[in-house]
Amino acid sequence: MPAQGGQLSSSSTAPVPFTTKGTTVTTSSVLETKRTPWRERTRWRVVDIVVAAVLAVASGVIFWGWDQAWTPLSTPLEALVPGLSGILGGVWLLAGVLVGLIVRKPGAALFAEIVAATVEALLPGNHWGAIDLFYGLVQGLGAEIVLAAFLYSSSRIWVAILAGASAGVGLAFLDLTLYYAGAKGSFDRIYVIASILSGAVIAGIGSWLLIRALIPTGALRRFPVGRSNRAVV
Amino acid sequence: MAASVRATGWGWRHSGRRAWGVHDLNLSIEPGERVLLLGASGSGKSTLVAALAGVLGSDEGEQAGDLRVDGLRPHDAFGRTGLVLQDPDSQVVLGRVGDDVAFGCENLGVPRGVIWQRVSEALEDVGLDLPLDRSTSDLSGGQKQRLALAGVLAMRPGLLLLDEPTANLDPAGVAEVRDAVARTLDGSGATLIVIEHRVEVWRDLVDRVIILDATGGLLADGPVDRVLATRGGELAGAGVWVPEYPPVARTRTSSESGGVLGTRHLVVSRVRGSAVAAVPDLSVRAGGLTALTGPNGSGKSTLALTLGGLLRPESGAVIAEPGLAIGLDPAPASWKSRQLVARIGSVFQDPEHQFLAATVWDELAVGPRALRSRPSETKRTVDELLGRLGLDRLALANPFTLSGGEKRRLSVGTALATNAPVLILDEPTFGQDSRTWAEIVDLLSVRLDEGTAIAAVSHDGAFLDALATEVVALGVDDVAAARS
Amino acid sequence: MSAAARLSGVNPLAALASSVLIAVPLVLTLDWVSASVALVLVLMLLPVVRMPARAFWRRSAAIWIAAPLAGVTIALYGQPSGTSYFRFALADITTGSLALALATTLRILAIGLPAVILFTGIDASALADGLAQLLHLPARFVLGALAAFRLVALIAEDWRSLGRARRARGVQSTSLRRFTGQAFGLLVLSLRRATKLATAMEARAFGAPGKRTWARVSLFGWREWMLVATSALVVAIAVGVSAATGHWSFVGA
Repeated sequence: MPAQGGQLSSSSTAPVPFTTKGTTVTTSSVLETKRTPWRERTRWRVVDIVVAAVLAVASGVIFWGWDQAWTPLSTPLEALVPGLSGILGGVWLLAGVLVGLIVRKPGAALFAEIVAATVEALLPGNHWGAIDLFYGLVQGLGAEIVLAAFLYSSSRIWVAILAGASAGVGLAFLDLTLYYAGAKGSFDRIYVIASILSGAVIAGIGSWLLIRALIPTGALRRFPVGRSNRAVV
Repeated sequence: MAASVRATGWGWRHSGRRAWGVHDLNLSIEPGERVLLLGASGSGKSTLVAALAGVLGSDEGEQAGDLRVDGLRPHDAFGRTGLVLQDPDSQVVLGRVGDDVAFGCENLGVPRGVIWQRVSEALEDVGLDLPLDRSTSDLSGGQKQRLALAGVLAMRPGLLLLDEPTANLDPAGVAEVRDAVARTLDGSGATLIVIEHRVEVWRDLVDRVIILDATGGLLADGPVDRVLATRGGELAGAGVWVPEYPPVARTRTSSESGGVLGTRHLVVSRVRGSAVAAVPDLSVRAGGLTALTGPNGSGKSTLALTLGGLLRPESGAVIAEPGLAIGLDPAPASWKSRQLVARIGSVFQDPEHQFLAATVWDELAVGPRALRSRPSETKRTVDELLGRLGLDRLALANPFTLSGGEKRRLSVGTALATNAPVLILDEPTFGQDSRTWAEIVDLLSVRLDEGTAIAAVSHDGAFLDALATEVVALGVDDVAAARS
Repeated sequence: MSAAARLSGVNPLAALASSVLIAVPLVLTLDWVSASVALVLVLMLLPVVRMPARAFWRRSAAIWIAAPLAGVTIALYGQPSGTSYFRFALADITTGSLALALATTLRILAIGLPAVILFTGIDASALADGLAQLLHLPARFVLGALAAFRLVALIAEDWRSLGRARRARGVQSTSLRRFTGQAFGLLVLSLRRATKLATAMEARAFGAPGKRTWARVSLFGWREWMLVATSALVVAIAVGVSAATGHWSFVGA
């Protein structure tokens, strides 16, 4: 990286010393926005679109990797408790919750899940093709509903958990329709609970922790969530 | 066609900063003028150029005064300005050459037939003779920068803004881009504003130099030769590369001794089975700096990674002398990570790839901790290094938030922290201004005097003059030899 | 380039539409007849689209493994009915659950395999063109996603560099914690690339007000209609046979 990147490169706000203390600021002060007019706040900037898309694409690559790992990981879990494999599903819900919490614009979670699913489908190798897109749509909607209910104004941990859980409902719904349509009620129930838990923990708490760790790197400085705790120097 | 620029009491303050980055700027540039924009680090050159290009978001800070391009606010002057930045990779938007050049025209609503005509003209102007469906990821750095230039030219801007467009390029790439700019300006007559540390690159092309003052306003403004004659020393002190004032490197106090790391019949490759280069046998000596040079694609970086034990040789061998291997197999690639870090330190081309910790202090401590140094010992090493690197003020900063020069020094520091007898550096002076350049050269020079053996990939003539004790040139012939 | 020679250059929207056309009706029912009819028809079409056998097997390997495994799960935990052959804890293998297991396996294959044929090697630019020009999805979002997709190669290279850097720094290991650290580094780098890319795109008038034009035309011609019609025919026959033989079994029921 060049010297003197100037204000266009993300290092421009450079000498802001984020102290270790700064990274442990309590959640409510870190992850809350100031009041700005609704229209201004919900308008997508170019940087919102591109960052959402890039995060979604990166997630798509992870999803694709997880697709490959799914069968070897889920088989022993199924042998243990039927339906428990739902606990692995949370990874596929990361894109929507993470992007939704960072970008905080209407449709962000939905956009991210659909893009991630498209990438997963386009990558060479083994995959499920267009079916991925349905998953993206339904899981994205799951997270989107919760974020919308909070008017896209908060990245608090409870919002993250609820969004992840809600996306988990979407995931369980599709899996049970598509892969396990003939399963009996007890399997279904365990699967739904496991998926919701997985969504809440992996996608919800996971995204929230990621964002908290990202703030001090300055990588989120174009977003309200990345700016709220920055000291003036 | 060419655009004018007017700044009246203009200023910009980045959000999160108390001080104004640019302050009270009054400036007028007439259509067709060619301006070299200089200033010390932090004087707001890039901010000004970004503002003129209309890409400074209102979320990024607040503005004072007035800034106009052709009488319009830059945000409303879509397509009147064209901006080319430093990093070749982040400016390619689409996957195919033709589509990428067409992108700007599409956004401006240019009719389809006209777009393709403009695309071929722009590619011709920048001298890129490539099929329209060539993948953009196959291009070299210099080609990517010319592609970015073509994408901008196709929009037919009246004001061309270049922010260090050649800082990351090898000498051939620099010449390619500079010549392309010269050709297109002669054709279009557009106004030019270029930021560049290395004055000599653009000297013959521009007719006016403007120097921003870090404390606000202008430091100097006038014809190139006059400004350099009166302000050259001052500029050099601020980090600008002024040909008349080259940075002075410290004098070495000792000379090289025996070889510690060598190669025999080495062929290197990134992916097994696709050899990149056959390397002439070389030896890196204690107290000596072996420079690895050659054109783009000659496999220098791959060689650096292989020497550093981070890639396995395709064939042949990298051989650590017994004094370095200390009981281990002579092939560095076979060593464990912790054994490696005690023996060979590597510095990558992009410092950001190397950062692992949340603070600068912890970053420097990663190596000593991996070697299980005592905490007190680690603290002593890190604190001393911070001072020598001029980073003590930033000990608690997150490495990713440092400036480019600081990042580079930190990444060199991480390799120095373990006191490894061998250092492998990939383009250690890329994008440095003359001041940070001198700091890095001094740091390495001291290290050499202490007996460290260094191998460095570099195109930088001044760097080679200052430190190289041996130069190994990789050629395209070696690539051919490796593939046959 | 499409893996199937006959499909190369076909508008990706047609592939997408076909894949959806085949999937939706088959998802609505769980019976072995509709799934196996569709599966047989799809396999019969393989030579027509000229997909090389090697590519087909390589790309569909995961489905061939996952489909029977989903079947095993259903055999053990599916709706029990008829004779019970094996019971242990929650598992109960019955005539009914075995039939459901067979249907499940066939159905996953019948949905997944055409998706593999249709969806591999799609050109992302052509897909984006189709989505924005023909389906009129918002251009800014489609193009943002397309530009991001191009970063995949760079991000993959970043990942390898990060791995080497960890080795060089003395902290190489395969533990999960290290993996997480490396993944986090990748995330930071991706965000930086994204912000820079956004600036570069804005500098090229991306997001400018006014109507955008398109340098490439996205066409939906007779080849595309042929593909969609073929897929519709396949699924119609499958559903028809299933309904006619009384096997259609709506999943909600």
